[in-house]
Amino acid sequence: MLNLIRAIISRDLRLALRRRADLVSALFFFIIVVSLFPLGVGPEPELLRKLAPGVLWVAALLATLLSLPRLFADDHRDGTLEQLALAPQPLGLIVLGKVLAHWLVSGLPLTLLAPVLGIQFDLSGEALWVLAFSLLIGTPALSGIGAIGAALTLGVRGGGVLLSLLVLPLYIPVLIFGAGAVDAAVIGLGAQAHLSLLGAMMLGGVFFAPWPTAAALRIALE
Amino acid sequence: MLEASNIECVRGERTLFSHVDFRLDGGELLDLQGGNGSGKTSLLRMICGLSAPANGEIRWRGELIGKLGEDYRRELCFLGHHNAIKEELTPLENLLASAKLADEILDAGEALDALEIVGLAGREDLACRYLSQGQKRRVALARLVNERRALWLLDEPYVALDAAAVELIAGLIGAHLQRGGLAVLTTHQTVNIVAGSVRQLRLN
Amino acid sequence: MGNKLINIYRFASPQAFYPLAGKMIPWFWTLAAIFGIAGLYIGFLVAPTDAQQGEGYRIIFLHVPASWLSMFIYLVMAFWAGLGLGFNFRLSGMMASALAPTGALFAFLSLWTGALWGKPMWGTWWVWDARLTSELILLFLYVGFIALQSSIDDPRRADKAGAILALVGVVNIPIIYFSVKWWNTLHQGSSVSLTKSPSMAVTMLWGMLLCALGCWMYSIAVALMRVRSIMLERERHTDWVRAELAEPGEHAGQE
Repeated sequence: MLNLIRAIISRDLRLALRRRADLVSALFFFIIVVSLFPLGVGPEPELLRKLAPGVLWVAALLATLLSLPRLFADDHRDGTLEQLALAPQPLGLIVLGKVLAHWLVSGLPLTLLAPVLGIQFDLSGEALWVLAFSLLIGTPALSGIGAIGAALTLGVRGGGVLLSLLVLPLYIPVLIFGAGAVDAAVIGLGAQAHLSLLGAMMLGGVFFAPWPTAAALRIALE
Repeated sequence: MLEASNIECVRGERTLFSHVDFRLDGGELLDLQGGNGSGKTSLLRMICGLSAPANGEIRWRGELIGKLGEDYRRELCFLGHHNAIKEELTPLENLLASAKLADEILDAGEALDALEIVGLAGREDLACRYLSQGQKRRVALARLVNERRALWLLDEPYVALDAAAVELIAGLIGAHLQRGGLAVLTTHQTVNIVAGSVRQLRLN
Repeated sequence: MGNKLINIYRFASPQAFYPLAGKMIPWFWTLAAIFGIAGLYIGFLVAPTDAQQGEGYRIIFLHVPASWLSMFIYLVMAFWAGLGLGFNFRLSGMMASALAPTGALFAFLSLWTGALWGKPMWGTWWVWDARLTSELILLFLYVGFIALQSSIDDPRRADKAGAILALVGVVNIPIIYFSVKWWNTLHQGSSVSLTKSPSMAVTMLWGMLLCALGCWMYSIAVALMRVRSIMLERERHTDWVRAELAEPGEHAGQE
C-alpha cells in the first residue's frame, strides 16, 4: 500500500519537475496577486497588517485552484487514468498519492513563499510563523477537496471555470480557520484553536476526499 | 473462464449492439471485428469493468466481474486506444512506472530487454515526445513482453505499427495463448496468430 | 418482500411515475393555494403589528419559510441523489435535478427578503451575519450543482456526478455553517446581531407554519412538473413517450 503511494508520488513529482514551467507560473501568480493588493488599497502598514491574513490565504486558494485542472486531465488524455483505474489496488489510494504529490508541488512551495510575502505586509515574526504553519496544514486540505472538483469536471465543457464554482464554496471553512489563525496572531490572541480545527480539516481533506474523488473518476471514465 | 451473456450497449440514445454472447477459455483468442462506431471499444471497456453494460452480465471464472473487483483486475492487462505513456518520461521510465502501478515486479534489466525486443534499443533514454507514433505504440506494447497475467484485452494493438512490429506483437500474443492465456483484441485487419484457437465476433 | 421490491421498481420507472405525477400535481397545487392563502391571511390581516418593528416585520412570513425550504430541499435533493447513486434508479437522478432550481429559488428569495427586512429594521441591506452568510454559500452550492449537471451532456453521467457533489455538499454544510458562525462571533464588532429575534405571538407562528406548508406543497408541485418534462426529454426515443406525445392526457390523467 505504501509502496503504491510512493510510486505514484515519485512518478508525479518526476513529471512535475520535467515541466517546471507550470509549477513556477502558479507560484508567480501567487506572488503577483498578493503584490497587487498594496497597490490597490494603499501602502499604510496598519491597513496592510489587517488585510494580510485574508489576502495571503485567498491568493493561496486561487493559486491552488489554478493547478487543479491538470491534476487528472493529463492522465485522462493519454490513457493513464484508465490504467490507474484498472490497477489491482483501490483507486482511492492512488488518488491519495496524487493528492499528496499535488500538495508537494503546489501547497508546499506556497507555504515556503508566503512568509516572504508576509514581510511586504509588515507582519510580525510570530504572525509569519503562524502564517507558514497554517498554510502548511491547510494546503493539504485544499489539494484533497480540490481533487473532488477536478474529478467531477474531468473532460467537461468549460471545466476550469466550473471547477472554481464547485470548489470555492467548499474551501470556505479552510479559509476561515486559516486566515483566522493568522488574524489571531496579528492581534495577539492564541491561534491554537484555529490551528487544531485546521488540522482536523486537513485530515478530513486528505483521507476522506480521495474516496468520492475515486468514485467521480470512475464515472468520468465510463 | 470469461463468459459474456446477452450484453447490450447503449451510447446516448442509440443501441450499439444487443444480445452479444461469447465464451472464452484458456488458450483462446477472441477477435472483435466491426466497422467504426460499431461498439468494439465499448465492448472491450465493458469486459475491463470500466463501464457497465446496459443489460447482461460478464463473468470471470464463474463470478460477476463487478463482484470480483480487485481480484479480477489483478488478472487482466488492458491496452487501450491511447498508449498510456507519458511524453516527458523515457521509454524505460514509462515501462518501469507502469509495472509499479500495476503491482508487478520488473527490474531495469528486464525492462531494457523488453524494449530491445520491441525494437527500441538505443532509444531507452530519449523522452517519448521525441519518438514517432509507431515507436510510442511500441513502448506501450513492450509491457506485453513480460506480461504474465491471464487475460489480455488489447484495443487495436496493430495501429501505427509497421509489418515487422505487427508480426512481433502477433508472436507475443501467440506465446501468451500457448501459455494458456486468454486474449480479446479489436482489429481492422486480419493477422495470423499461429498458436491457440481464434474466435471471431462481428459487431454491426 | 419480493413483491414490495417489484412495486418500488415499478414506480421508480419513469413510465409508471409519469402518469402518477400527473395525477398528483393538481392536488399539490390546490394544497399550496389553500395553505398559502390561509398563511398570508393570518400573516397580513390577523397577526398583530409588532411593537418594535411595526409592519415591516411581516416579510418574515415569506422569509422564514423560504430559508427553511432552501435547506430542506438540499437535504431531499441529496437523499434522492444518493438513492440514485446507490441503487441506480433512473427516477432518483431526475428528481434531484428537478428539485435543484426550486431550492436555488428559495435560497435566493431568502436572501432577498432578508435584505428587504434588514434595511428598515437595521438600516443596512446586508450584514455578514452567520445565517445570511451560510444561506449565501448554500446558494453557491445550488448553483454549482445546476452548473455541473447542465455542462455534462450524458444524462446518466450528469446524474451521478451531481449526486457525488450533492453528497459532498451535505457533509460540508454543517462544517460550513459552524465555521461561518464562529467566524461571525469573532468578527462581530459593530455589526448587528440578527440572532435575537423578538418573542413571537402564537398567531405569528401559525401564519409562518401555514406559509411554510404552502411553500412546501408548491415545491412538490413544481418539482413534479419539472420531473415530468425531464422524463419526456430524456426518454423521448422510447415508445411510451411517443405514445404520450401522440395522445396527450390519455394516460396522464388531468393536465
